[in-house]
Amino acid sequence: MTFEYAPAPESRAIVTIKPKYGHFIGGKFVAGGKHFPTINPATEEVLSHIALGGKADVDAAVKAARKAYSTTWSKMSGKERGKYLYRIARIMQERAREFAVLETLDNGKPIRESRDTDIPLAAAHFFYHAGWADKLEYAGLGTSPKPLGVAGQIIPWNFPLLMLAWKVAPALAAGNTVVLKPAESTPLTALLFAEVCQQAELPAGVVNIVTGDGSTGALIVNHPGIDKIAFTGSTEVGKIIARAVAPTNKSVTLELGGKAANIVFDDAPIDETVEGIVNGIFFNQGHVCCAGSRLLLQESVAEEVLHKLKNRMEKIRVGDPMDKNTDVGAINSKEQLAKIIELAAVGDAEGAERWSPACTLPNKGFWFAPTIFTGVTQAHRIAREEIFGPVLSVLTFRTPQEAIEKANNTPFGLSAGIWSEKGSRTLWASQQLRAGVIWANTFNKFDPTSPFGGYKESGWGREGGRHGLAAYLKGVSHE
Amino acid sequence: MSFYGLVDGTDASLKSYLGNLSGVDQVGAEARAAMLATRSIKTTSKRWAIDTAITMVDLTTLEGADTPGKVTALCTKAVRPDPTDSSVPSVGAVCVYNDMVSVARKHLDLIGGQHVPVAAVSTAFPSGRASMPVKIQDTQDAIDAGAAEIDMVIDRGAFLAGRYIDVFNEIVQIRQVCGDKAHLKVIFETGELVTYDNVRKASFLAMAAGADFIKTSTGKVAPAATPPVVLVMLEAVRDFYEMAQVRIGVKPAGGIRNTKDAIKQLVLVNETVGPDWLSPKLFRIGASALLNDLLMQRMKMDDGYYSSPQYVTMD
Amino acid sequence: MSNRIDVKKTYKLYINGAFPRSESGRTYEVKNAKGVFIANPCLASRKDLRDAVVAARAAHAGWNKATAYNRGQILYRIAEMLEGRRGQFIEEIVNVTGATKAKADKEVTEAIDRLVWYAGWTDKIESLAGSTNPVAGPFYNFTIPESMGVVAAIAPETPSLLGLIDAIAPIITSGNTVVVLASTKAPLSAMTFAEVLATSDLPAGVINILTGKKDEIAPWMASHMDIDALDISGLPGKKHAEIKVAGAENLKRIYSFKSADPGRITAFMEAKTVWHPIGL
Repeated sequence: MTFEYAPAPESRAIVTIKPKYGHFIGGKFVAGGKHFPTINPATEEVLSHIALGGKADVDAAVKAARKAYSTTWSKMSGKERGKYLYRIARIMQERAREFAVLETLDNGKPIRESRDTDIPLAAAHFFYHAGWADKLEYAGLGTSPKPLGVAGQIIPWNFPLLMLAWKVAPALAAGNTVVLKPAESTPLTALLFAEVCQQAELPAGVVNIVTGDGSTGALIVNHPGIDKIAFTGSTEVGKIIARAVAPTNKSVTLELGGKAANIVFDDAPIDETVEGIVNGIFFNQGHVCCAGSRLLLQESVAEEVLHKLKNRMEKIRVGDPMDKNTDVGAINSKEQLAKIIELAAVGDAEGAERWSPACTLPNKGFWFAPTIFTGVTQAHRIAREEIFGPVLSVLTFRTPQEAIEKANNTPFGLSAGIWSEKGSRTLWASQQLRAGVIWANTFNKFDPTSPFGGYKESGWGREGGRHGLAAYLKGVSHE
Repeated sequence: MSFYGLVDGTDASLKSYLGNLSGVDQVGAEARAAMLATRSIKTTSKRWAIDTAITMVDLTTLEGADTPGKVTALCTKAVRPDPTDSSVPSVGAVCVYNDMVSVARKHLDLIGGQHVPVAAVSTAFPSGRASMPVKIQDTQDAIDAGAAEIDMVIDRGAFLAGRYIDVFNEIVQIRQVCGDKAHLKVIFETGELVTYDNVRKASFLAMAAGADFIKTSTGKVAPAATPPVVLVMLEAVRDFYEMAQVRIGVKPAGGIRNTKDAIKQLVLVNETVGPDWLSPKLFRIGASALLNDLLMQRMKMDDGYYSSPQYVTMD
Repeated sequence: MSNRIDVKKTYKLYINGAFPRSESGRTYEVKNAKGVFIANPCLASRKDLRDAVVAARAAHAGWNKATAYNRGQILYRIAEMLEGRRGQFIEEIVNVTGATKAKADKEVTEAIDRLVWYAGWTDKIESLAGSTNPVAGPFYNFTIPESMGVVAAIAPETPSLLGLIDAIAPIITSGNTVVVLASTKAPLSAMTFAEVLATSDLPAGVINILTGKKDEIAPWMASHMDIDALDISGLPGKKHAEIKVAGAENLKRIYSFKSADPGRITAFMEAKTVWHPIGL
C-alpha cells in the first residue's frame, strides 16, 4: 500500500464573485461598457465578466487621480498617508484567505503559493512602505523629495496582487496617486483590493483601477495627464512603452523579461540545490520573470544533479490548484500554453532531449507538465528566449569563468543563481554576474526591503527597498 | 575488511569517504521540511497514516524509575494498543533499558505478543561515556536477555573531536556483538551534533559501519527528531541505497508527541525516500505519548467526534 | 620677436589610448570667434564610434575591477596633470571661444577641482548608494551599486572643457568606460585633455574622445547595441525624443543632467541585490 494523499481542496465558499465588474474610479465602482470573461484556467469555468476600459474610462480615472493628487493626497502629511497604508496592510492580512482563494481561481497558481507567498508578501509590501511615507527625506534622494503626480501602472498576470502591491504601495507612500490596470486574465484580486481601499477609507481617487486589455494599457501609457509609467511585463512591450514615452516628460520604470542562469558548482549542497532548481523553474508554473530557466551544471556533478533532479521532479504534484497539496497548477491562459508548447517543440527540433516525469494532467483547463531539456547549448533558442513556463534548459560548463561567460551571454539581466559552499567563489560569481538579483544557495526569494530589478534589457529601475522609492520621487539630478 | 566496498576500515579511507559528502545548507533543508509540513493529509489517507504510524511506534520507557510493573503494562499496551478495538495493530517494538529486557520479553510472550520485538538501549545509554568492554557487555547482556534490536549511542565526544574512526570502530564492534541476533540502530543524538553537516556525516559513517537503522536521539536531549534532521537522514539513507543497494532504516525519536507530528514524518518519508520505507521494517518512531494521540485521532475518525484521554489507556 | 614659424598641433581622436585620425579621413574647420582659422580636427565617423566602443568594452572589465582607491588615484592624477598644463588650456579656450582670460582661467580651475571632487567619490559612492536589507528570513541581503559598462556621452558645446569633464568624470568614477563626443565648435581643449589622459596612468580605452558632429554621431550612439547608457546633456532638448526612441532598442539608460552631484554617478550604476542564507 502506498501513501496516496486524498484530495484536500481549499474551500471557495469564502469568496463571492460578482457576475460582472466595472472599474474602480474616484472611490466608487462604476459600470463599464463592453465586458470580457475572466476564466479559471484550471477548469475553463467563466468566473466573471470584466469591463474593457476605453478612452472615457481612462480619462475619468486619470481625472480622479489628478484631483485626488492635487486636492488631498499631495497635501496630506506623510504621517497620515502612512496610516492609510498601514490600514490597507492590515485589511489585506485580515482578508488573506479570501485573496488567496480568489488569486488561485483566477490565475491557476497553487493555493499553497497564493496562501503562503503572494498574499502575505503583498500585505508586507504595504506594511513596509507605510513606514516610508513620513521618512522620505531620509531616503537618500535629496532633502525634500517630491512625488511625481499621477502614476499609470500596468501589471502582469503572474503575481496579480503581489505586483499590484509592488506598484501601488511605493507610489502611495511617496505621495503619488495611481491609475492601475490589472492584467486582462487576472483582474479579480485587484477588484477585491478596491474594496479594501474602501474599507480603509482611502480618499477617493487615490487608487483607481481600470480593467481591460493591451489597448487599455496603451491608453494609459499615452495619456497626457499621467506623470509616470510603471510597467511589469515582456521586454517586447517594455520597448514599445519606452518609445511611446520618449517624447514626453513621463518617468518610466520597467520590470521585464529574463533568462536567468542558475549555476551549480561542484561543491554545491546537492539536495538543497535540487530544491532550489525546482523552486527556481517550477515555482508558479515557471510564470516568473526571474525564473532560473537556464540551469548551468559543472560537468563533474552534472550527472548526479540531473539524476537527483529527475527523482525530485517525480514527486512534484501537478493538478487542481485549489488542492492544498498541489505544487504546480494550471498555465494561466490558452495563449501562454500555446507559446510554451511552441518553444518546447523548438527545443525538440533543435535536438535537445526532453524529459518530463509521468504525470496525469486534467482534461479541462491549460496544463503543461514540468519539463527539462538536456543537451542544450547557448545556441539553442530555448537557452535564449524566455519561455515563461515550467520548462528548464540544462547546459554544462567546465570552469567558473565559463559559467559566468555563459550566464552573461544574454541581453537579459534580471536574476541569477549560484550554488556553492565556498564563500569566496560565491562572492566572486555574484560580482561577475550581470544581473540585478543574485540568489546564492537560494532562489526566487522576495522581500519588500530588498530591491528587485534588472540590468540590460530586463528593465529600468528597482522595486522594493530604499532603491525602489526613487521610482516615485523627484529629487535625483537626472531626467 | 570491506564495508560495502566504501571504506576499508582505515582512518584514511573513512576520511576520504566522509570528505566526499556534499554539504547541507541549513536554511534550504529547513525550508524543504517546512514546505513538506504543509501537506494536508485528510480522510482515507489520514486513516492509513495513523494505522501505519501505530505499527512504527517503538513504545518506549527509559526512566530511572522503571519497574517490572511499568514495563509489563507497557508491553500489554504494545500488543493491543486499544483493548476495545482489535483492528488496531500492535506497535513496532517495545524499547527499554537492558535490565528490563527479560521482563519485557517474558511478558510479551505470555500475552501473545511474540511478534513484538524488544529493543534495548545500549552502549552506556544515553551519554555513551564508558569503556568499550562495558559497552560490549551492555549489548551482550541485552541480547542474551532476548533483545532483538539494539539502540546504541555513538560517542559524540569522539565525533565532535574529529575521531571518526573511533566512532566507526565502536559501531563495527557492536555490530559484531549483534551478529544475526539483533538489529542495530545507531543513535546520533543530533541535538549534540548540532549541524546538519554533522548529521549527514554521522549517517554515512554509521551506515558504512553496519547500522541497520540510524536514529536521531536518545529522547534525553532537545532538540531531537525535528523534521529537518529527519529529512537530512532520509536523504542520506536514499543516497546510501544508490551507493550500496542496501536499505537502511530511520528512527526519529524524541519530540514526536501527536498525530500531526507523526504524519509529517510519514510525509517526509514518502516524498524523500519513497513508499519502500513506509514500513516498520525501515521506519520507526521512538515515542511514548504519541501512541495515545494516534488512538484518539483514530477514534475521532471512526466516531466523527473528538475523543478524550479518558478513553485511551494511560500506560 | 623672432620670425620663427610655430609648430602647430594636429588634432586627432583619442581611442584606446592612442591618437588615430578618423578612419574616414575627414576633418572639419574650427575657427575662432572672429572667424580666423584655428585647426582641422577630425570629423569622426560612425566607424570611429564603433572602434571606440570596442576599446571601451574591452577596457571595462579591468577598470571595473580596479579598486576604488586606484580609480580615485587615477582621477586625482588626471587633475594633477591638468593643473600642470593650465596655461595651455586657458590659452586654447581664449583662442577658440574668445572668452576673457579670467573666464577661461575660472573654467580650467573648476575643471581641475571637479576632477578632484570625483576622485574622492570613487570609494564613497558605494557605501552611500548601497544598502543592507533586513529581509524577513534567515538571509543576508545586500544591495551594491556597480558600473553599467560602456556609457556614451555627448558633451555640451560650452563650457568646452568643464562640460567635457562633467560628462566623463561621473561615468568613469564608478568603473564605467566612456566614449564621449566633444564640443563641436570648441574641440581643442578636449583633444589637449586627451594628452593629459595619456600621461595619467589611465588604462587605454577607459576614456575615448571623438570630435565631430552631434547630428551625425548621436543617432549611432543611440542605436549601438553594445552601449549600455547615454548622457545626452550636450544635445539640444528637441533632439532628445529621437535619441530615446532609438535607444529603446536595447533599453539604454538615457539621461541628461543640469548639475554635478552624486546622482550623476549613480545614474550610470546598476543596483545589484545579493541573497545568501545564514546558517550553521
